[in-house]
Amino acid sequence: MAAGGDKVVINEGMREVVMIGNHLAGLAAVDSGCKLFGGYPITPSSEVMEYLSDALPAVGGVCIQMEDEIAGVAVATGAAMSGVRAMTATSGPGISLKAENLGLAQMAEVPLVVVNVMRGGPSTGLPTRVAQGDINQAKNPSHGDYKSIALCAGTLAECYTETVRAFNLADRFMQPVFVLLDATLGLMHAKAIIPTVEDVKAGIVPRKKFEGDPKDYKPYGVAQDEPAVLNPMFQGYRYHFTGLHHDAMGFPTEEIETCRKLIDRLFRKVDEHRDEIESNEEYMLDDADILLIGYGSASLSIKEAVNRLREEGIKAGMFRPITIWPSPEERMNELGKKFDKVMVIELNQGQYLEEVQRSMGRRDIEKLTKTNGRPFSPQDIIDKVKEVF
Amino acid sequence: MAFNYDDYLRLEKMPTLWCWGCGDGIVLKAFVRAVDKLQIPKDDICVVSGIGCSGRFSSYVDFNTIHTTHGRTPAYATGVKLANPDKTVVCVTGDGDALAIGGNHTIHAARRNIDITFIVIQNFIYGLTNSQTSPTTPQGMWTVTQKIGNIDPTFDACKLAEAAGASFVARESVTKPKKLEKIFVEALKHKGFAYVDALTNCHINLGRKNKMVSAMETLDWIDSITTPKSKWDKMSEEERLNLLPTGILKQDTEAAEYTDMYYNMIIPAHQGKRAKITQDDFEKKI
Repeated sequence: MAAGGDKVVINEGMREVVMIGNHLAGLAAVDSGCKLFGGYPITPSSEVMEYLSDALPAVGGVCIQMEDEIAGVAVATGAAMSGVRAMTATSGPGISLKAENLGLAQMAEVPLVVVNVMRGGPSTGLPTRVAQGDINQAKNPSHGDYKSIALCAGTLAECYTETVRAFNLADRFMQPVFVLLDATLGLMHAKAIIPTVEDVKAGIVPRKKFEGDPKDYKPYGVAQDEPAVLNPMFQGYRYHFTGLHHDAMGFPTEEIETCRKLIDRLFRKVDEHRDEIESNEEYMLDDADILLIGYGSASLSIKEAVNRLREEGIKAGMFRPITIWPSPEERMNELGKKFDKVMVIELNQGQYLEEVQRSMGRRDIEKLTKTNGRPFSPQDIIDKVKEVF
Repeated sequence: MAFNYDDYLRLEKMPTLWCWGCGDGIVLKAFVRAVDKLQIPKDDICVVSGIGCSGRFSSYVDFNTIHTTHGRTPAYATGVKLANPDKTVVCVTGDGDALAIGGNHTIHAARRNIDITFIVIQNFIYGLTNSQTSPTTPQGMWTVTQKIGNIDPTFDACKLAEAAGASFVARESVTKPKKLEKIFVEALKHKGFAYVDALTNCHINLGRKNKMVSAMETLDWIDSITTPKSKWDKMSEEERLNLLPTGILKQDTEAAEYTDMYYNMIIPAHQGKRAKITQDDFEKKI
């Protein structure tokens, strides 16, 4: 599936495509079997909905432009509650508006993919320019206690592959999964090498389903480290969705132990399966003296800076979390012991720096940040490395 | 023989959280009888509710049920319907839910004329949160947020639904449970957005401070402000003042329905099975 102007070449099990990142996220949704997309226009993510307004009905799915951002996430959540794969896409201001309903999806354990193409903020900020300011927002967009899963694409191809992974993780852990792109990646028009449709379809792991007697079905009565098992609607397994604290059948309760166990489980289902969620890239770390940590589109400049620094004999390397939340805290702790010289590079005022400090148990970490809507150039990074180390 | 509700109710959830004498139970029973009359299988129905006293409706009925966030029922229900076009999708909301915090969604679901039965349990007040002013609280009445009397004008939600594009609009009160049941039957049968204003009593949080202390007094007040559409039609503007017409106020069976348009126009057009959609496909051009 390719929208106007997009080119696709099939080559030895991989596809070479020339597309923008937002279209790649849309293509990933189609290939992952997404049945419904709900959205609302917002820069710089609108191209996701524009793409899917053609691509989804072409495969029998539905793409609907709703009356506002809140309805955009609600329509997708409603579809997901009924049993199908669903997605919404927006930018930071849209996530702010969707926040309460993302909380319902966390609480009722509804699998959903939420793409956030980040732009400058707070408020209306810099709509057409890049930022990575929604890292903390992705951790806790809604009130209350729950554990987010957020994936951050760092290359054009990852706009596709991380969206595919988000659909599978959403069904595995039964909760919203964020895919963070940014204005640079979302609108970057270039070549990307991505897996074939066949491989993606073969890798789909649909959500668990209870097959026994409906009388024995307890959608939320699961092991303390497992997600709910929510059967599709209209198939004889009637239960209840609610944002209230609820019992094994989904009905509201204030029973003390049930309430305690519910929230405990929302954490443990993620915490105790981090190995299934974590994903990182380590670039030239083996012999490095300097550790640069970054993610998303900023990592493209970091990688180039590493290459150029090495040409000058400065041994730098990069650690890039792809799964931003839950953070790779164990790995970062190990790296914190191995490297004296550590710098976090991000397009915000240091949101992930705090997570790196916490994970490493150190405060002597350098930072390079930028919040003027412009990307890092490799030279920005090279200059800073030379200045502080 | 008396109607047996047991098969449709989640009896283990009884008693409801609704106050003694609350009319919400009359709405629930009329709805269940309507479903039974139409013999819609329980498994083919999804009931979506919001926040407020009406929000608990969904947990008492043995269908596929969703208790959503405040005011967003039309959007959730739209998602269920678009993914399952052959199923019966029902919203049960309240005047605060559907007309204040969720007003935008109500307007746009009506505009799309999507096949959802949309029941507003209208008690003229925020009941669950103890007597705050709702968009339908009559001017001059006491509320806990306007203790010297409400100055906020009300609006006629049936007119709103009709203006927004709902193809079925009706109003009835819980003082006429049989008529309410018939309206629910017609609403469920209707293909399109079916808006039903179900007027009910909140003697606890509206009546108590407005000289209608008992359920009966509040119900008498509702009777005093309603009149059947057949009588309303013959009335002068002067006589209509302070009255709300009841019965089926609009029933357009020809209006295009959204799910139907999506599945029979958009999808086939994208699959090359029909021509692109143009203005000629629509009678109404602007």
